[in-house]
Amino acid sequence: MTLFKKAAIVLLVLATAACTNPDRFGAGSGAGGGAGGGFGADGGLAGSASDPTSPAFFNQTIGDRVLFAVDTSTLTPAGKVILDGQAQWLLANTDYRSVIEGHADEQGTREYNLALGFRRANAVREYLVSRGVPTGRLEVTSFGKERPIEVCSEETCYAQNRRAVTVLSFSALTS
Amino acid sequence: MKRLLICLVALMLAGPVFAQNGPLRLTITDGVIEPITFAAPSFQAETPEAIQVASEMSRLVVQDLAGTGLFREVPASAFISQISSFAQPVAFADWRAINAQALVVGAVNVQGDSMTVKFRVYDVFSGQELGTGLQFAGTATGWRRMGHKVADAVYGRITGEGGYFDSRVVFVAESGPKDNRQKRLAIMDFDGANVQFLTDSSTIVLAPRFSPSGDRVLYTSFESGFPRINVLNVANVGRQQLQTAAGEMAFSPRFSRDGRQVIYSLSNGGNTDIYRTDLSTGQHVRLTSAPSIETAPSLSPDGSQIVFESDRSGAQQIYIMSANGGEARRISSGDGRYGSPVWSPRGDLVAFTKQNAGRFHIGVMRIDGSEERLLTSSFLDEGPTWSPNGRVIMFTRETQGAGGTSSVYSVDISGRNLKAVPLQGGASDPSWGPLQP
Repeated sequence: MTLFKKAAIVLLVLATAACTNPDRFGAGSGAGGGAGGGFGADGGLAGSASDPTSPAFFNQTIGDRVLFAVDTSTLTPAGKVILDGQAQWLLANTDYRSVIEGHADEQGTREYNLALGFRRANAVREYLVSRGVPTGRLEVTSFGKERPIEVCSEETCYAQNRRAVTVLSFSALTS
Repeated sequence: MKRLLICLVALMLAGPVFAQNGPLRLTITDGVIEPITFAAPSFQAETPEAIQVASEMSRLVVQDLAGTGLFREVPASAFISQISSFAQPVAFADWRAINAQALVVGAVNVQGDSMTVKFRVYDVFSGQELGTGLQFAGTATGWRRMGHKVADAVYGRITGEGGYFDSRVVFVAESGPKDNRQKRLAIMDFDGANVQFLTDSSTIVLAPRFSPSGDRVLYTSFESGFPRINVLNVANVGRQQLQTAAGEMAFSPRFSRDGRQVIYSLSNGGNTDIYRTDLSTGQHVRLTSAPSIETAPSLSPDGSQIVFESDRSGAQQIYIMSANGGEARRISSGDGRYGSPVWSPRGDLVAFTKQNAGRFHIGVMRIDGSEERLLTSSFLDEGPTWSPNGRVIMFTRETQGAGGTSSVYSVDISGRNLKAVPLQGGASDPSWGPLQP
C-alpha cells in the first residue's frame, strides 16, 4: 500500500517507575518548607520572654520583625526602634547569628516579589550593620509571597505580610 | 497575512460556495469566530484488542480539536452515513447534508503491546482528502500520545499551522493552607492528564521552565533556605544545583535557545540583576547593572534579544535588550505595572502580567510595545507561558481570600476559550514544553 506514509514515530518510553507510580516520593509527607532551623516566634526552645538573654525576649519583647509599606523597602520610624533593640540584643548575645527573611504580600508577581523581599531583608541587614552588628552574623534571604502569615486578601493582612523577620540561631549550629 | 484574510472570508461563506473557493482551510486570526464543523466517527478497531482504545482515541481527538474553540464537533447522533471500514469510499453527500465541513476517519490496530493508528482527513465540501493518509506506531500504553499526534496532524492540515496537543507542561502542584502551602514540581500532558511528580514537598519550589527540547527543567528551590537554581533531568529526576557564591540568591532561571546556558536573576546586597551562566563551564556574565530590580528574562526565538522586567522607572515595566546586555529600551507604556514577559515562539508578541487598579491581567503586545491587548482579568492572574505554536497561553489564576487556591488556566491569544486545565488540587507556574518528537 502506498496510501500510507509509514511515519517512524518512536514513542518515548518513560522510565518504568514513572509509569507505574505517578508519585515517586510516596504520599505527601513533606514538612513546611520554610527556612527553619532557627528560633521562630512560635518556636518551643526560645526560653522565657522575661529572660533578656533569651530568643523569646528577642522575638516577643523586642520584636523579631518590621513591616513595610506597599512595594517599598524603606524602614519606618517604628521599624527602626525595633531594629535598634535587635542590634543591641545581638551585640549583647554574641552566641547568636541570624537570617533575615524578607517577605511580600500577594499583590505582585512571584519573581518580582522575591526580589522585593531581598530588598526588605537587605534594608534590615544594612541598618543592623550600621548599628554595629558584624556583617558575618547576618544573612539575608527572601520568601517573596510564598509564606504569608495572614491569609485574608485585605490590607489588614497584607500589612502583616510585608515584613522582614530576623530569625535567630546559635552560631555554633550554623557555621 | 493577506492569505489569512482571504481564507477567513472563505470560511464565513457556508455550504457549496465554500468548496469553490479552494480547499478547506481555517486561518487563525482575531476574526475567526465561526468554528469549522467536523465529524469524527469512532475509529475502526482492526483487532478485537483495539475496540476500546479505538473508541477512546477518537474521543480524545475530538476533545483536542473541539477544545481549541476553533472546531465544533457534529455529534454521532446526527450522522446519516456510518463508517464501517477505513478503506471504504466516503459518501460525501451524507456528510455535507449534516454540514460537517471536515471528516476524520481512523483505524486502530492493537496486537499485544504494539499499536498502530492510521487516519485520513477529508474536506467534505470539495470531496477531497486533505493531505494523505498517515500512520503512527507505538505502544498500547502510549495511546493518548498517538491520539494527540492524530489531532495535531488534523489541526495542521486544516489550519496550516503546527499543533500543540502532543506536548507536556511542567508546573507546581500545590496543596495545604495558604500560610503553609506545599509545593511540588510536577509534569502533565497539555490537557492535564498523566500528572507525575518530580520533587517531594519538603521544600518550596517555584517557577519551573522547560528546556527547549523538553529534556530538562530549571526551577528555583529553597532547600538550603535561600533561593537557588536547580537543573532537573526529566527522565531520571536527577538534580544539579547552579553554583552561586555565599550571600547570593539566584532565581528566575530560563534556558538559552540551545539549552546550554541559563539566563537568570542574581540578588546580592538587596540588588537584583540578570546574569547568564554556561552550564558546562560555569562561567557567568552579568547582563544588567542597575540598582533596580531586573528579573523575569525571556529570550527571543532567535536568541539575539532578551525581554525582561525592571522597576528602574519606579515601577515594574517591560524592557528589551541585546542577549549580551547593554542598553535596554522600554516597551510597555500603559497604566499600571507590567511583569513576567515571555517572548512568543513566533517572535511577534510578548505575553505579560499586568497589574492595574487592583486587578491582574494576562496580555500580549507587539515587541515594539504597540497593540497591547488584555486577554484576562481577575483578582490574580500571572505567569504566562506559550503553546508551542504561539496560539494559546497558559497562566496561573489564584482566587481571593483565606481559602484562595491556584489553578492553571489557558486562553487563546484573541482572549477567547478561557478555561481551567482540569487537575486535582492546586496548580501554578506552568511552563509549556515543546511538541514531543
